[in-house]
Amino acid sequence: MSTALATPPPPAPAGAPLTKKILTADHPTWCPGCGDFAVLASFYRVLEKLQYPHEKIVTFAGIGCSSRFPYFVNTHGGHYIHGRALPFAAGISLGNEDLHVFVFGGDGDGFSIGGNHLVHTARKNVNLTYVIMDNSVYGLTKKQTSPTSPIGFKTKTDPTGAIDQPINPMRTLLNTGATFVARSHATQVNHMVEMMTRAAKHPGFSVVEILSECVEFYAGAFDSSIPRKGGTWSLIQEKKNDGTPEDADRHDVTDEVAAFKLAGQAWPGSFGVFYESNARKTKNVLEAELVTKARERTKNASDLQLLQSTFSKMR
Amino acid sequence: MVSPNTPETPGGVAAPSAPPRAIHDVVIRLAGNSQDGIQSVGGFLARLAGRSDQDVMTYMTIPSTISGGPSIFQVRMGTGDILSSGDRADMLVAFYQHSYDAHIGSLRPGGVLLYDSDHVKPVEGDNRFTQVAVPITSGTVEAVGGAGKDKGKNIYILGLLARVFDLDVAKLAALIKERFGGKNEDVVRNAMLAFDAGHAWPQNNLRDLFYRFEAIDLATQTSGRPQVTMDGNQALAYGLLAAGVRHGAGYPITPWSSIMETLRTELPKYGGLFVQCEDEIAAISTAIGFSYTGHLAITGSSGPGLSLKMEALGWATMAEMPLIVVNVQRGGPSTGMPTNVEQSDLMQAIYGSHGDTPRVVLSPKNVEDCFYIALEACRIARTYSTPVLILTDMALASRIEAFDEPDFPKLMVDPKADLSDRGADFKPYPLDAITRHAPPGSKIGSGKYPTVTGLEHDELGHPTGSSKLHTQMTAKRRDKIKHLGASLPSPELSGDSAGEVLLVTWGSTWGPGLEALKRINSAGVKAGHLHLRHLHPLPNGLEATFQRYPKIVVAEINDEGLYGYGQLAMLLRARYANPAIVSVCKTDGLTFKVSEIVAGVAQHIASAELDASLGIARPSALAKS
Ligand SMILES: Cc1ncc(C[n+]2csc(CCOP(=O)(O)OP(=O)(O)O)c2C)c(N)n1
Ligand code: SF4
Ligand SMILES: [Mg+2]
Repeated sequence: MSTALATPPPPAPAGAPLTKKILTADHPTWCPGCGDFAVLASFYRVLEKLQYPHEKIVTFAGIGCSSRFPYFVNTHGGHYIHGRALPFAAGISLGNEDLHVFVFGGDGDGFSIGGNHLVHTARKNVNLTYVIMDNSVYGLTKKQTSPTSPIGFKTKTDPTGAIDQPINPMRTLLNTGATFVARSHATQVNHMVEMMTRAAKHPGFSVVEILSECVEFYAGAFDSSIPRKGGTWSLIQEKKNDGTPEDADRHDVTDEVAAFKLAGQAWPGSFGVFYESNARKTKNVLEAELVTKARERTKNASDLQLLQSTFSKMR
Repeated sequence: MVSPNTPETPGGVAAPSAPPRAIHDVVIRLAGNSQDGIQSVGGFLARLAGRSDQDVMTYMTIPSTISGGPSIFQVRMGTGDILSSGDRADMLVAFYQHSYDAHIGSLRPGGVLLYDSDHVKPVEGDNRFTQVAVPITSGTVEAVGGAGKDKGKNIYILGLLARVFDLDVAKLAALIKERFGGKNEDVVRNAMLAFDAGHAWPQNNLRDLFYRFEAIDLATQTSGRPQVTMDGNQALAYGLLAAGVRHGAGYPITPWSSIMETLRTELPKYGGLFVQCEDEIAAISTAIGFSYTGHLAITGSSGPGLSLKMEALGWATMAEMPLIVVNVQRGGPSTGMPTNVEQSDLMQAIYGSHGDTPRVVLSPKNVEDCFYIALEACRIARTYSTPVLILTDMALASRIEAFDEPDFPKLMVDPKADLSDRGADFKPYPLDAITRHAPPGSKIGSGKYPTVTGLEHDELGHPTGSSKLHTQMTAKRRDKIKHLGASLPSPELSGDSAGEVLLVTWGSTWGPGLEALKRINSAGVKAGHLHLRHLHPLPNGLEATFQRYPKIVVAEINDEGLYGYGQLAMLLRARYANPAIVSVCKTDGLTFKVSEIVAGVAQHIASAELDASLGIARPSALAKS
């Protein structure tokens, strides 16, 4: 995305600035009170802040309640199949370097059916931003156990309570090799805006997990991190490198081991940026380098010349 | 097929000075182990034939074990059209006892056995064949010497074959230098030493084994372009490049892999890229993602991989995204027979997703056609904004054929994506026109940006539960494919345009089918041969063609199924409700022999002439009076 260049300043977007009004599309079909509304509202604000050219924003998703997101955002976008939005979005990102690609989806979509795609899109460091709206349940299909449902949670597929160990999303995400990993909460709009903005600006694969309550099938799932419901909101304090003694205790976002430690905290854990690193090149850059090298070797031959010379060797 | 030596003179000794006998074509089977470089001898012969404007077709089996193990390469080369790799070999070169044991049965009576006298003991006094003992191993070791041991046996044999068939030594030497030129000079020198030794092997030992291919009728060589030699997977990959495909994604599987390997290597030179994904679902998804950005993309696989792609393929139909999907068919189901050929994925290609998913399915008839079908598939995918499946197979993927170099300046397609501004009236799914997507990056005049989706939708891409819209949109997706069908040219019909029987083939069965027709015709039976490259939608005019024959025999490499019909036959019966349509099927994992097709046709038409030509005796009541 466009932040890598210090100079010159990004060109001013043509036409009217992007506003929530322009960005609003179909009225969401979510249940009243669903956490996903707040994620959507925050995303509008992110786009208002970033002011990318309207036609260059892509909003994409798989299948699930949360995955209906693209219908509600007036940008180029699409609604794909369950669990496979990431490889599709990788095609978008690698197919056109100018685009700003955002993928939205649920915990089932991302960690269950799409789990392997998550690992590989992350390890390849494809330049895109992925927002997982985790409600710890299958919403669209009406309350089955999800890969983040806690043990004991009663669902239609575990009427006596879930018995399988849930995954730890932060540990899983760190393990994939994602170069930006953050966690947020749908009751914290400013925090979501900050996390998604940073994720969007990150060059490479950035992922934000947002705890987003399903009021219909898992009400109260995340109360323990909502202060007005008696919970604790624990923000990650990032290192400022200001030389103060307090700074020693702050979290170094480039420190993977420290990030894993945070990920291992007892529920409900902390929120903020767990890990951020620009050390690895994106797949977009690596592929572009292959092209540059190949073009040098072939001395910028035209497509026609290339094919003709290949065939002349097969005579 | 004219035989290189006539059956009447097996082992006949002629003066070494006898002039070479003219032959039309020859089938040589080389049998050894895979590490002996058998494939490369075949490759040299194939490319030499290409450079000499001779037609050539090869057939190889590669052991599915990683390295070592028995391997064969069969090359048929000659003057004029070579349609199949030959039912039986005219010459067998046996490197080992196991090669001899396994392949002597493939040598036709009267054929020539060349065997390595250092390793092989043929059955003594077997006068069905001309047996020629050649000390291949010791001859090579002697010629090359040094540490290489018997490395170079293949080139030794190449030299010997060059002598026997009066091949162009200068051209072969040039090919050897090109092939090994990248390595150090010793390699080229050793190869030439081995070649010369084979070529100079005392000719009186060869008795009368000297042949020369008939002169080429230059009038039939009209293109004026040189011939190129490659396998079907290469031809397909380069066809895609000519068609402007610059993006793709895949996951390795035999025999599809070499297409993705070629594209991964070639595409960066063209400013494109090919992504190796974590699985076939990711691969097709990434490819559709590329297509969505305005760059028609390719994905492909074989057998199991195609099954994995089906859900995403259904999305591409629903969302009306252009896409090229290649299926290099192999023996199924499941992991099946990975290195064998089968045409058993036709129904899957046409119907293999849930819901009503009208699709385009094409199949190339030979190696050259792999190139041209790629161009056609891309044109259709772009024009109709639809996925197009190309059904090729293991036989086409692995065999080498020579064909005229394509006329590239005329064929090249501009790969540029259309990111132009779209008008205020832009709709992704208009009911009265074929979908033309606006890729991200293009401005939409109305300010309302489109959503591409697999949910049923209205003209703007909004989800809908409306029964009326579902009916209309289903028709929209179906009618564009019907429109394509109406525009397709009538398929190739050879032989008699009316007669006792019409033979129908698809895919790589084209060549054996056409050769079978010639045999049937020359037995005195009026017959035609129809070959289908467009399998879905079917081209127009077939109904009228079928009316002109009382029997329509469909030959295909798949099972006759529960109802006694192969997959294409089933489809044609359903489409034309014509009870004259019957099947010749087989499931041995091998390409059709010409004789198998002829015998299959004979079973169905009960023609006395054909029976007589095949030596079949039947109760006379069954034969036609
Ligand atoms: C291949 C496939 N399997 C199953 C489904 C049914 N399905 C749709 S959404 C979903 C799970 C949704 O859960 P999640 O991803 O957590 O999203 P949420 O609805 O909770 O936001 C399932 C199982 C499907 N659409 N496709
Ligand atoms: S079912 Fe749950 S996740 Fe789905 S819209 Fe309703 S509240 Fe939201
Ligand atoms: Mg969920």
